[in-house]
Amino acid sequence: MKRICILLLSCLLIVTSLIVLPGCKQDRVVLNIYNWGEYIDPDLLVKFEKETGIKVNQDFFETNEHMLAKLEGGGSYYDLIFPSDYVIEEMIKKDMLHKIDLNNIPNFKYVGDRFKNLNYDPDNEYSVPYFWGTLGILYNTEMVDEEVDSWDILWDEKYAGQILMLDSMRDTIGVALKKLGYSVNTTDPDKLEEAKNLLIQQMPLVNGYYVDETKDMMINGDAAIALNWSGTAMDIYWEGADYIKFVVPKEGANLWFDCMVIPKTSKNKAEAEMFINFMLEPENAYQNSLYVGYVSPVTEVFERIMQENPEVADMDAYNPSEEVLDICEVFIDLGDSRPLFNEVWTQIKVH
Amino acid sequence: MVKFLKRFYLSLIFIFLYAPILVLIIYSFNESKSRGHWGGFTLKWYGELFRDRDIIKALYYTFLVALLSSIISTVIGTFSAIGIHNMGHFGKKLALNINYLPVLNPDIVTGIALMTLFISLRMQLGFLTMLLSHIMFNIPYVILSVLPKLKQMNKHTTEAALDLGATPSYAFRKVVIPEIMPGVITGALIAFTLSIDDFVISFFNTGPGVTNLSIHVFSMARKGVKPSINALTTLMLLTVVILLLLINKRTTKGDELIP
Amino acid sequence: MKNRAKFLAYPYLVWMAIFIVIPLFLVLFYSLTKGNIHDPSSLSFSLESYARVFEVNYLKVIWKSFKLAFISTLFCFVLGYPVALIISTVKAKYKSILLMFFLVPIWMNFLLRTYAWMSILSPNGFINRLLSFLGLPTLSIMPGQTAVVLGMIYNFLPFMVLPIYTVLSKIDRSVIEAAMDLGANKIRTFFNVIFPLTVPGIISGITMVFMPAVSTFVISRLLGGNKELLIGNLIEQQFTVQRDWHFGSALSIILMIMILISMAVMSKFESDNDNGGAPTW
Repeated sequence: MKRICILLLSCLLIVTSLIVLPGCKQDRVVLNIYNWGEYIDPDLLVKFEKETGIKVNQDFFETNEHMLAKLEGGGSYYDLIFPSDYVIEEMIKKDMLHKIDLNNIPNFKYVGDRFKNLNYDPDNEYSVPYFWGTLGILYNTEMVDEEVDSWDILWDEKYAGQILMLDSMRDTIGVALKKLGYSVNTTDPDKLEEAKNLLIQQMPLVNGYYVDETKDMMINGDAAIALNWSGTAMDIYWEGADYIKFVVPKEGANLWFDCMVIPKTSKNKAEAEMFINFMLEPENAYQNSLYVGYVSPVTEVFERIMQENPEVADMDAYNPSEEVLDICEVFIDLGDSRPLFNEVWTQIKVH
Repeated sequence: MVKFLKRFYLSLIFIFLYAPILVLIIYSFNESKSRGHWGGFTLKWYGELFRDRDIIKALYYTFLVALLSSIISTVIGTFSAIGIHNMGHFGKKLALNINYLPVLNPDIVTGIALMTLFISLRMQLGFLTMLLSHIMFNIPYVILSVLPKLKQMNKHTTEAALDLGATPSYAFRKVVIPEIMPGVITGALIAFTLSIDDFVISFFNTGPGVTNLSIHVFSMARKGVKPSINALTTLMLLTVVILLLLINKRTTKGDELIP
Repeated sequence: MKNRAKFLAYPYLVWMAIFIVIPLFLVLFYSLTKGNIHDPSSLSFSLESYARVFEVNYLKVIWKSFKLAFISTLFCFVLGYPVALIISTVKAKYKSILLMFFLVPIWMNFLLRTYAWMSILSPNGFINRLLSFLGLPTLSIMPGQTAVVLGMIYNFLPFMVLPIYTVLSKIDRSVIEAAMDLGANKIRTFFNVIFPLTVPGIISGITMVFMPAVSTFVISRLLGGNKELLIGNLIEQQFTVQRDWHFGSALSIILMIMILISMAVMSKFESDNDNGGAPTW
């Protein structure tokens, strides 16, 4: 009996040490970041590690809603997150973020003024801009020979089975609202009901509701039209597939800003701020923008890429004109209407 | 005629089972990334597979967790099986029914239930929670493998050994353990296999930086074709075939293959 | 020995209480409450999550899951039973090799198998390329319900074959010989002797296919384009996107109850057929 106990104990000891040992190696700081998929050049993470000795672990989320659910669920502690505008609003209201000390981020000066002091964070106390862009239609000119300028094409039966929508609540519902001529931020239940019905009507024509899958499917020709963000279009463009074009429809769309924020659960605020500063370094921002495809808020990076590639100056995906920006709305936090939107979204998905 | 039909049908089924995997294997040698055309034979995707930090990390955690969890669950499971075997009727029934729950429950319910537990305890989701989850769903299978062997065992043998002067621990080592060993090994193998393949439970109970093969493939699968995954499939197939051939050679009876 | 040996189980009993019983109770608790889960004081008793489950749209999801799982299980049975039969009648030296090759796909990672199927079925995937090469019209089954069912059959077929084969291989040859001696031809022998004896194996197989099929979310997610929401997807969504733990818990409990009922029904079948089990002498 005694021997068995000793055997058991020794087994447990060996096993415990096996568990603890990998943890011991990490007496240096590890930064856990939570980001969109393919939203950072991995080489930059390696570079950051070399320069500062801080290891970076990256976890991915598909949409803001996924990210919020994970954070609010508890149990996950991240040091840096990359949410969008309306989400930052919500996170600030719920006191989920550390205040960022801009004194630790001298490279903040490189950020263009039009990205500072925006509505969701008027004094830039909690967020630092990362990428920005618009929402629009990606289409394959080899499969679509008409001019694309309206959301209507996403409801066109000619392209049944070749239409990709976004598995993102605000974006997809927003498109339906815009098509109906309403604001993307409306909380009127009747208007939402209309949008819901419109989307349910569309379902037989839709190939699927994706996020990460879109880019590859468009390049492979698995689909002809996709609802997606401007940066995906640029990413595809940089990869050489110039037959895939992007347009912001005339009914208007969404203008968005993604920023870096530090959640309150982080214990490595100083290191997180170092990372933010690192990402705003023009050389790094330049490398990042080319890899990811999205447009940097750092002015000299934005202009440098335009100089090196003059054709992008005319592209909606890279440099939307004043007219385009005028018809775009920024999402705002829905506040108490969040459950209403959630319910509408679920109703659409289960149909 | 009948024989021909039998063989034909069997071949059809085998084609059905292997075709997707074989297609991936072929693509793993394709120079061109696209699924459309054949760009030429290349081994570069295998090189890229070994350079891909994320895949290596996923494989590392997969094997580490599977190994640790199968060892721990086998030890705990074996001793617990012995204990349960010696319990009174009602206690035994109750223990077995509760033990059987994770086996019966769909894994999504088990995964969510565990996640709820860890979060209520304010634990940080990560390696430890993933390991604990694996141990949790492995132990029942070990017990289910060892218990029948215990039942089959002639209990009088142990008593005879004790009568002949053996100490309880000696009797245990020399009499009980050899009898139940096949069950223990089977249990350990099942635990290992289940851990390696697990997706849902790990998905809900892991944390930043900790991942496993299934979770990694899940996120990769949605980003489109990644040729290094094709290379990984080929290597996995090779490994499994070699392993099974080895096991087959070692056992004289074919039915040992069935867990 | 006996008295002391049972103490070996006590640590595990504690473990089970913590890791099996309590989590399920927590899920049950959340399913019966509403409010912020992180703020225990805000929680109050409510049946509204369960009420939601019975809304038409959600019932449709549950129905769809059962329908697809049923179809897959049926196909697995129809396709798999002959396989088990054929392998069991093959010459002994080929048996283990055949069986081994049948097992290989199971040992390969489940996600990889589903991913392989995605590759084949996609609009520009292998099957469509082959079809257009042969001048035939292309299929657009992925993403969609058909693709999901195919994925289920593909993943779970071996799990139907194995239990049936196991039972088949244990059938005493002399029983079959006796039947034939008594004048039954092959077909009658099969339907009246062999098939009834394999019922426990069939029940096992059905369980091992139906249960994961009805609760999967991976297969429907990867092969369904996020349009074919099954109960597993719905549950997953509540926890990963919708932040509605109460509704997700209610759905989980309902799923669990439905599966437990199905298993109870099936084990009733098994005990009814106890006389048809493999002979013990």
